[in-house]
Amino acid sequence: MNILFYIAAGVAIFSTIMAISGRNAIHSLLYLILSLLAVSVVFYLLNAPFIAALEVIIYAGAIMVLFIFVTMMLNIGIERETEKKWLNPGMWILPSILAAILLVNFILAIHTNIPITINKADIAPKQVGISLFSTYLLAVEIAAILLMAGVIGAYHLGSQKKKVKHRFLEKI
Amino acid sequence: MLTVPLETQLIFAGILFLIGLIGLLVRRNMIFMLMSIEIMFNSAGMVFIMASTHWKQPDGQVMFIFILSVTAVEVAIALALILQVYHHYKTLDADAVNKLKDTN
Amino acid sequence: MTISLALIPTIPFLGFFILALFGPGMTKKAAGIIGAGSIGIAAIITLFTSVVFLKNIHEVKSISVVLWEWISAGSLKADISFSLDALSLVFCFVITFVGFLIHLYSIEFMKNDEGFSRFFAYMNLFVGSMLILVLADNILLMYLGWEGVGLCSYLLIGFWYKEAANGYAARKAFIITRIGDTAMIIGIFILFVNFGTFNINELMQQASLKWVSGSSIAVLTAALLLGGALGKSAQLPLQTWLPDAMAGPSPVSALIHAATMVTAGVYLIARTHVLFTLAPVVQSAIAVIGALTLLLAGFSALAQHDLKRILAYSTISQIGYMFLALGVGAWSAAIFHFMIHAFFKALLFLGAGIVIQVLNEEHDIFKMGGLRKKLPVVFITFLIGSASLSALPLLTAGFYSKDQILWYSFSSQSGGLLLWLAGIAGALLTALYSFRMIFITFYGEAKTQPSFLPGRLMTIPLIILAFLSVFGGFIELPASMGSFHPFSTLIENVLPVTIIKEIESREILFQILSSLIALSGIWIAYVVYFKRPVLSASISHSRINKFLEKGWQIDKLYDSLFVKPLVWLSEIDKKDFFDLINISLSRIAVLLNHILSFAQNGKIRWYLTSLVIGIALILTYLLIK
Repeated sequence: MNILFYIAAGVAIFSTIMAISGRNAIHSLLYLILSLLAVSVVFYLLNAPFIAALEVIIYAGAIMVLFIFVTMMLNIGIERETEKKWLNPGMWILPSILAAILLVNFILAIHTNIPITINKADIAPKQVGISLFSTYLLAVEIAAILLMAGVIGAYHLGSQKKKVKHRFLEKI
Repeated sequence: MLTVPLETQLIFAGILFLIGLIGLLVRRNMIFMLMSIEIMFNSAGMVFIMASTHWKQPDGQVMFIFILSVTAVEVAIALALILQVYHHYKTLDADAVNKLKDTN
Repeated sequence: MTISLALIPTIPFLGFFILALFGPGMTKKAAGIIGAGSIGIAAIITLFTSVVFLKNIHEVKSISVVLWEWISAGSLKADISFSLDALSLVFCFVITFVGFLIHLYSIEFMKNDEGFSRFFAYMNLFVGSMLILVLADNILLMYLGWEGVGLCSYLLIGFWYKEAANGYAARKAFIITRIGDTAMIIGIFILFVNFGTFNINELMQQASLKWVSGSSIAVLTAALLLGGALGKSAQLPLQTWLPDAMAGPSPVSALIHAATMVTAGVYLIARTHVLFTLAPVVQSAIAVIGALTLLLAGFSALAQHDLKRILAYSTISQIGYMFLALGVGAWSAAIFHFMIHAFFKALLFLGAGIVIQVLNEEHDIFKMGGLRKKLPVVFITFLIGSASLSALPLLTAGFYSKDQILWYSFSSQSGGLLLWLAGIAGALLTALYSFRMIFITFYGEAKTQPSFLPGRLMTIPLIILAFLSVFGGFIELPASMGSFHPFSTLIENVLPVTIIKEIESREILFQILSSLIALSGIWIAYVVYFKRPVLSASISHSRINKFLEKGWQIDKLYDSLFVKPLVWLSEIDKKDFFDLINISLSRIAVLLNHILSFAQNGKIRWYLTSLVIGIALILTYLLIK
């Protein structure tokens, strides 16, 4: 079982690195979907099957698809030259150093007296559902309102009024 | 039955988070920056799930559901904004939207 | 009685407040009633107080009233307190009474002016400050009044502020008197440091006890106070402001620059006479300055062609006489001449005001003429005033006062022949220029026609002042005429008796001499300016005339000595060379802004990177701890 965890983790990390260092936007997004699927496997191994399902359906299935649609609409996957120009290797140095520092900090921080636990229990989706609709009922309602606001906002922000421009001013 | 120690799980989540952070700092295309933010959200949610398994309570998973919904809304709005920026600036360069700079 | 004493300066201030706050909304009639009425009420209260005071003069030499504590800072204490004695009584009487007449005159004089209520507000403020000056118990309060009258002089000279030249004249007056004021306040500081009090009586007592006559500190203090007096009274070397101050309205010239403010210097010296007797060299300097000034101003008055400037130089000259008297120790003679001079000089200025106004603001006497028939009342009163100014023998008050000064300048202990000669030459000049003024202005053919006749409010004060210019002198008759001198007896309650070293019977000789000089001056003026206008025309075009007309070119001297170097220095400093410290501070700030604005380049990734660097640093730091 542990092996499965490590394999899934490795796949996730690898595909995430490929996602952020790709030059083609669509390829990066597909790598990201792969990473999310690997994370979903990890969730299943952590005895959260419901969440694993949700991860695939919502995250990989809705959000990433939204990304892909917008990317295709903006037609940016084709322009590989600009990405090449923007992405010189020298730029990776500073963020990598910073990330390394933070990683070291993180590791040192969590190596402080937390006992190893053996996860035995199984948290069934039923438990999650009950908790959701009794203890966290208010939060659910608020999340619903948030989604409503998101829908209206996205619609409004996404609409464009046709601006009449002189053809000389077309190119900014 | 997983016996992977909690630190390892957390380190895994941390590595994913930091990869997202690096991506955010390095990439210039706005779509990629948004993607990196998604990676960071995801890894943060992962920590919640790990914690929920560790303490054997469903609250972590509930939190992840909420994070998920918030992320969805945020992605929608952000993409709409990116559309607007693209139509105005005709480019997706994050360095092009620097009108709030100190003009000296 | 102390209440009435406290009311004397208060009522003009009350008038000032009412006019300042509500003036713009008042009708001219109401403003005039309040403006002149407040001074009238003060005059009545002065009269009442003086009657009661004079009845008890043998027991009570002075009364005082403390209004409130003004400054109390450790050992530095000063109160708002007034004290009345014979000297301040005379001054109060002149200020309120002559002031009231001038206010009445102003109601009609300024009736077409839009700044009517503002004028009366300033005049009331002036009278209030002047009363504080003469009634002050401590020298700090006197300085307050001193500054107050200086302020009002500035406000009133530049009353018609829309003309730039008036503003410059007001500024010049203020700056020159300021030089004197600075000397005076240093003198006050020295007095306080040495004696720990501001009260004038205490100061004088302690000075006479502790300071040796002729010691350097007494000389220094006396010289500094003299500096203040010179500025305010327009004597050498600070006399250049007074002719230019004629830019103000004529009532202002009458009240401030003839009767009251310019005599504040005389009051100061008389009040602190103990200091001057302790510093005889300074006192002799006063006499010499007085003698020189009266000659200088007399010559200058002879060459003027602006009517009011003649009178201005005449004022400088007459105050020179008062200084001459103070310098030789003839204290009561100086105060007597002050009072008589106030009467006839105010009369002359008011008359000049009428002449100028009816001739549509014509100031040049060579464009006037023939007013004898057109303005009879003005002519007669003007004639009486000029006669009093020239000390026409026996008939006019001026004779008695000026003659007394001339006698004392020869016969008093520190007097002498030279001073008397200066005085007598000055008397000749005075008769000359005043009758030159009369002959050119009122006789001959009319070159400008008067446009209206003056009303009663303007002529009645003239008549009253003319009456006083004749009969005011009879309260001080010299020894040769019966020795009836209630005035000097009154003054000698406060000021010392004049000590003379000559025989009293020789006085009549000097009186005859001065009468002859005055009459011959009038005759010369008659010959030159009336009978032979050609001669007078050739005189007026000569070079020496031009030199005298500019006040012996002292203005030019000051200009090249003081003004030009200052302007040259400011031109050098135009690039703010001396301001380098302040500018460099601002330049550093701008430079820092330039440098730091690189951190604000609008790029998101830059901001994010700095954020992450910050997080890394903080976490590292926390972990290390």
